[in-house]
Amino acid sequence: MISRNKFSRVFQKHGSHSGVTARLGTSLLSKGKRNRLPVIWLGTNTCAGDSISLLNSLDPGYRAIISDLIDLRYYHFGMPAEGDKSTGVLEDTLAERPGEYVLIVEGTIPTRSNGLYCVIGNRRGKPFTALDAVQELGAAARYVVAVGTCASFGGPYAAHPNPSDGKAVHKVLDRQVINVPGCPAHPDWIVGTLAHLVWYGEPELDEYNRPTLFYGETIHNLCQRRHYFDSGIFSAHPGEPWCMYKAGCKGPVTFADCPYRQWNGEHLNWPVKANTPCIGCVSPEFPDHTEPFFEHLPDIHLPQVTVNANRVGAVTGVLTAIGIGGHLVASIIKGRLPKTLKKGFSPAKPGIEILQTTPAQILVDSIKKMLKKKR
Amino acid sequence: MKKIIINPVTRSNSPFVVEVTVSEGKVVDTKCSCQFFRGFELILQNRDPRDACYLTERVCGICSSAHGMAAAFALENAAGVRPPYNGNILRNLILGADLLQNHIRHFYFLSLSDYVKGPDLPPFVPSYKKDFRLSKKANEAMLQNYYEALEIGRLAHELMALLGAKAPFPHSILAGGSTVAPTVDVIIDFYYKLKKINDFIQNKMIPDVHTLAETYADYFEIGNRNANMLDFGLFPKDEHDRERYFPAGLALEGRVQEVDLKPIKEDLSYSWYADKGVPQDPYTEETVPDREKDGAYSWVKAPRYNGKAVEGGPLARSWIRGDYRRGVSVMDRIMARVLETELVGRLMEGWLEELRPGEPVFKPFAIPQEAEGAGLTGAMRGPLGHWLRIEKGKIAHYQIITPTAWNMSPQDATGQPGPMEEALLGTPVADANEPVEISRLVRSFDPCSACATHIIIPGAPVREFIICV
Repeated sequence: MISRNKFSRVFQKHGSHSGVTARLGTSLLSKGKRNRLPVIWLGTNTCAGDSISLLNSLDPGYRAIISDLIDLRYYHFGMPAEGDKSTGVLEDTLAERPGEYVLIVEGTIPTRSNGLYCVIGNRRGKPFTALDAVQELGAAARYVVAVGTCASFGGPYAAHPNPSDGKAVHKVLDRQVINVPGCPAHPDWIVGTLAHLVWYGEPELDEYNRPTLFYGETIHNLCQRRHYFDSGIFSAHPGEPWCMYKAGCKGPVTFADCPYRQWNGEHLNWPVKANTPCIGCVSPEFPDHTEPFFEHLPDIHLPQVTVNANRVGAVTGVLTAIGIGGHLVASIIKGRLPKTLKKGFSPAKPGIEILQTTPAQILVDSIKKMLKKKR
Repeated sequence: MKKIIINPVTRSNSPFVVEVTVSEGKVVDTKCSCQFFRGFELILQNRDPRDACYLTERVCGICSSAHGMAAAFALENAAGVRPPYNGNILRNLILGADLLQNHIRHFYFLSLSDYVKGPDLPPFVPSYKKDFRLSKKANEAMLQNYYEALEIGRLAHELMALLGAKAPFPHSILAGGSTVAPTVDVIIDFYYKLKKINDFIQNKMIPDVHTLAETYADYFEIGNRNANMLDFGLFPKDEHDRERYFPAGLALEGRVQEVDLKPIKEDLSYSWYADKGVPQDPYTEETVPDREKDGAYSWVKAPRYNGKAVEGGPLARSWIRGDYRRGVSVMDRIMARVLETELVGRLMEGWLEELRPGEPVFKPFAIPQEAEGAGLTGAMRGPLGHWLRIEKGKIAHYQIITPTAWNMSPQDATGQPGPMEEALLGTPVADANEPVEISRLVRSFDPCSACATHIIIPGAPVREFIICV
């Protein structure tokens, strides 16, 4: 994200003080047009879901993206060239524009058998592995962007037992990688990140190198159905129009703006609105630790207190907040949730603030005391 | 003799490799193979059976809903549950929208660049230079439709999002039905978006395919093979699934007959798996990858129906339904795909009217502890099957046979090539540096190696091996 100061600096650079908005707006656009960033979109071990998502962008659409925003040189999904003619573009870009181009990677990078589980073409008569391509092209790129959960964190193709030893891009590259996860990544997340790079440079990133602009808050806190959660009104199974927590929703531990943004380009719908659980597809833990998709987050059993969604659903709103808030936080105290999920509940993040001002905090404190006593 | 290797074949859902040997201007030998391996069935083991719907969608970004549908059918079959009336229609509408998206994007975005010259702008350049036969004016008109098709393909995915939460990988195709209540606001939004798509198909796509067929009429004579084709049936007519709008069927030498699952065997002679010397039954076969195997050249196995290599896709479905039986060639495959797009778009308008607002969309059910099930459906590219065995409430065995496994299969023990390979034999190649004939032919199958290269049986050890030569 760009700070207000930086934003006005960008604007001041591009025009006089009179009529500033109109003039600067267009100069940003035309600057982008003139200096379209060269982009290589490399599909590795992928289902092409993020390539499809790029095509699902509404404004700008694909045509405007390739003519106004970026200079899309390599895109296996849409380029007429094939065979050596297509992979030749990779070598040309590396030779002609080192340090200038953006490398976008879609898919995991298999590392088994020196990367031979994914070959993207031939080079001098030998298999050109995705691993080689990412490492070579990544070293000389101005920015490296991992699009989709596979490239960002491993995702479904690196799920247990990870038959191809697939790795996320940042695991095979010794440099910063901007992660734009999602299965697929939302068209706005992809295009928004690219536009930020073109117009303002690198966006503000969180500790997982995700743009905070899109991944700064939990689904749970942005959810339109949050009040059902707080009131203890739950859907028992998919297809019911209430809080999907009990039907398996991973919204409380998933950082993305789906509830506000909605899918796809026209922003019509999203999993909870469609009466299904969020499955945490943007998370580093997807899918191994966000499964089972239709079972709710783990319950907690302590002496004198058993809290889970089934119980709290039966009582009042206040008790609900206590129950579920307590259960999630207690899970963290006991180390039941994977480390990465705890992020959603660390005090510095907005997720916990609600708990701190509710009776849930009292329960948490009592649980903490209880655990201390036991030790 | 000259060997031509196209690696990668771009503009397919995932790249793959075609290798042909040309003698006296014609293809005399051919190998089609894939480049990557993920082991999806292995990943599915020991997971909650309900998760297979969402996970198997991740096999393929362009036909995700077909995998969701097959997984839903398999679990419903195992659990003995049927979706409610609305649930069936809603699932058909989601899969239908994805099919429209696939066919529109395949015709314009993936295959048209083989026939129409693009603008002088990356990623349209570099490209082949020869054999663009349309007049400048016709080329420009087709290009404008290409741009419009980008919008229309996107709109088809908005339909999918309306009822399925998002696209690709919709959330609302589940065993037990679907999840979005068909209220009037949703129905009317869906209808008017669908109407825009159908107008485009009617007014642009159909005329365009006829222009293409007239200009490149010789492609009715390229990529020929006997009408040996298969489909498992697409879009159940009601929740009991006694009939489908596109019926299951097998065409042998053009004659249509009923499909039986027993004659489906997989031959491993030329695939990188240890071979017992006889074709294997997909229910019981054990697969041991063996990259060092002499003579083998592909990760794709060779599924055969009674020993026959059969192809799947819109042409197979149209042939079985009796809608289109002109022949089997590059242009026939393209023509059948476009005509199917039109038909599905019109069917979907009818399904919308059949929805009953206020009635249930999902039927809850219990996961059986021990059960088996098969989920068979037509998909964008042909017959798709998911086989599932549940033990102790978890997935014990999952097997997927995809359309591209049928279409892109290698040779079998008798030396019979796979359908795509068979179609390639005898293809004229005018210029080995720009083998457009090969490109056009393989893309007429709408191949998807993302779907084809994950075939592995859980329980078998995965050894070190190499993907492609």
